[in-house]
Amino acid sequence: MRRQIKDSAQPRGGLASRALNWLDVRTGVKGLTKMVLDEPIPGGARWAYVFGSGLLLIFLLQVVTGISLALYYTPTAETAHTSVAYITKQVAGGAFLRSLHSYGSSAMIIVLGLHFLQTFIYGSFKGRRELLWLSGALLSFLVLGMGFTGYLLPWDQKAYFATAVGTNVAGQVPIIGNLITRMLRGGDTIGTLTLSRFYVAHVFLIPSAILAFVGAHILLFRKAGPAGPMREHPVTPRLRAEPFYPRQVLFDMGFALLVVAVLAGLSYLRPVTLGPIANPADSQFLPRPEWYYLPMFEWLKFWEGPSVVIGVVVIPGIIAMVFFLMPFLDRRLERKVWRRPIPALAVAIVVTGMISLGIKSKIDDRQAPVAQQLAHQEEQEKAYSAAPFEPYTNSPAINPPATSTSAPALVVSLDPMIPKGKNIFTDRGCSACHGDDGTGTALAPTLVGITRKFPKDRLAALLHNPNARMKEGGMPNVDASPDEMEALIAYLATLGKPSANPPVVANTSAPEPSRSKGNSVALVASVPIHGAK
Amino acid sequence: MRRRSFVATILGACAGAIATVIGTPVVRYVLYPVQAATRTDKWTEVGDISEFEKIDSPVAKTILLTQRDGWREIVSHQPVFVSRASDGKLQVLSPVCPHLGCSVAWREKQNKFVCPCHGGQFGSDGSRLSGPPPRGLDRLDNQVKDGKLQVQFQYFRSNVPDRELLS
Repeated sequence: MRRQIKDSAQPRGGLASRALNWLDVRTGVKGLTKMVLDEPIPGGARWAYVFGSGLLLIFLLQVVTGISLALYYTPTAETAHTSVAYITKQVAGGAFLRSLHSYGSSAMIIVLGLHFLQTFIYGSFKGRRELLWLSGALLSFLVLGMGFTGYLLPWDQKAYFATAVGTNVAGQVPIIGNLITRMLRGGDTIGTLTLSRFYVAHVFLIPSAILAFVGAHILLFRKAGPAGPMREHPVTPRLRAEPFYPRQVLFDMGFALLVVAVLAGLSYLRPVTLGPIANPADSQFLPRPEWYYLPMFEWLKFWEGPSVVIGVVVIPGIIAMVFFLMPFLDRRLERKVWRRPIPALAVAIVVTGMISLGIKSKIDDRQAPVAQQLAHQEEQEKAYSAAPFEPYTNSPAINPPATSTSAPALVVSLDPMIPKGKNIFTDRGCSACHGDDGTGTALAPTLVGITRKFPKDRLAALLHNPNARMKEGGMPNVDASPDEMEALIAYLATLGKPSANPPVVANTSAPEPSRSKGNSVALVASVPIHGAK
Repeated sequence: MRRRSFVATILGACAGAIATVIGTPVVRYVLYPVQAATRTDKWTEVGDISEFEKIDSPVAKTILLTQRDGWREIVSHQPVFVSRASDGKLQVLSPVCPHLGCSVAWREKQNKFVCPCHGGQFGSDGSRLSGPPPRGLDRLDNQVKDGKLQVQFQYFRSNVPDRELLS
């Protein structure tokens, strides 16, 4: 005989409340929601408490946009750049989502800084909250790791060179430094194996660690409870508590709206750019990291010779250690920041120092000829971003099956005019100012996309007889026969296409930009500005 | 409206707004290749027209097909058949069997196209003779330009009685 189970408390309401009840009996969802929403906040809701949930929101945004990017992205040195260009230039919503992901990473750092400052100033880490702090400190480093690994993935010039610098910095660690650099790079040089490693770290390893520690952070937070304002006792709260819902939820939502509005607005109005494909042979390129690494970048300029270990390893190591061990060092139950002068002063010095270093780095970059080169790089990046998408081409037609009767005339690089034009470009000295691959130098602008900018005959006329502005920049008349001119223009048309310089990209043993002997800051060897002092 | 449900409505609206701002581009982004499918509308060369002027039975040719595949451009080898239609004009036939997409082969001795998968048979002009295919072999658009026979290679929906272009 069959018997149906009857729910003990069969509610009478409508379908929705009955469905909710059905779910609740099986999952306990009502109790769970109540537990989440009724969290008591001593001293009541405040705007100052919104940063933690703000970080969670940005993390979720990064997950959503990151998964979206992974839908079209390919992590190989040969194709990464084209796939990012495809996302940015072709796919509907691609430029917006990539910008959102890029700006989101900056927002993460800013809100992380605010979350840290709020927690520190309020002394919210006190009173049996050491593990809560430690998990947060670890999360900060994981977030920085996400920034570092994500920066390489587009495989454009700045990505390549910034990673060359970053991985060399790790090489300054005594004894195991070289091993760390090789581990990060997957060998001696930055190439497709480096890209795979950074991709795996950025997409699998670090995010799963972040997820795990966010879970731990929230659990530990719930166990300890919100610390409340500075006057509240950190262990046994005395102030009147207000539940999390509704006021704090409204504040958090307000902040979430602000964050999304700012990020979406920026992404829509100022989408992030993509530079030309990484060219390890480019000796002119000045690498600059993301803004939040600028203080470290500037800091490295002060250290050279044997003392570099102090600057790169010892001092940052001590700061990181103090940061991690804060709740064990600042142990009194006193929360008011003005009664904790030593920790307050230490944090103030480090924060002001970092901001000043960042500003100094920006000011340094305003001096000639650095400023010109950086402006030129920015221009190149804008030009590349604005140029139409060029698909990645490979040439399987080189070995056509025996049955084929058609001429393999489809592959651009097989046009005999192109090598002829390239020879003219090199022999007549065009490459001296416009760069070996025509992407420009500090002396002359990029020629990438020039054939799209000017019709053929207009371009030929300009080359024969440059206009006043070109002459002013030192452009000579190009004395070439019509045939030669045609070959030159055919070559110019291939500039900037992935197929125009495949050996450079494919060749992972290309010269390493910054390996130097001994303990000097690695950059100095080949990046003049970095060691300019 | 009670205060509690008023607050819940406000929160729901805000969450909805955020979900829309982020969700709309994500949906467009994911659907992009679904809407803009691979299409080759370039003319591909089959050979000199003089090569085909005197043929009376189908000739297999391999063309080099340039196709966009997402962010890459691929050049693939694609066989086609040049044959005479029932009115004697030259035509280019797709080798893709309109039944389920196998590649048909020309059997000179039997004077017909035979599909190796399910035995569909077609005459030298591509018309359906017997077997499961619901229609004859698909004709590809072709033109003669500067003495060269050119074709537009395209795919058609399989197993339907009428030729239906897959965009």
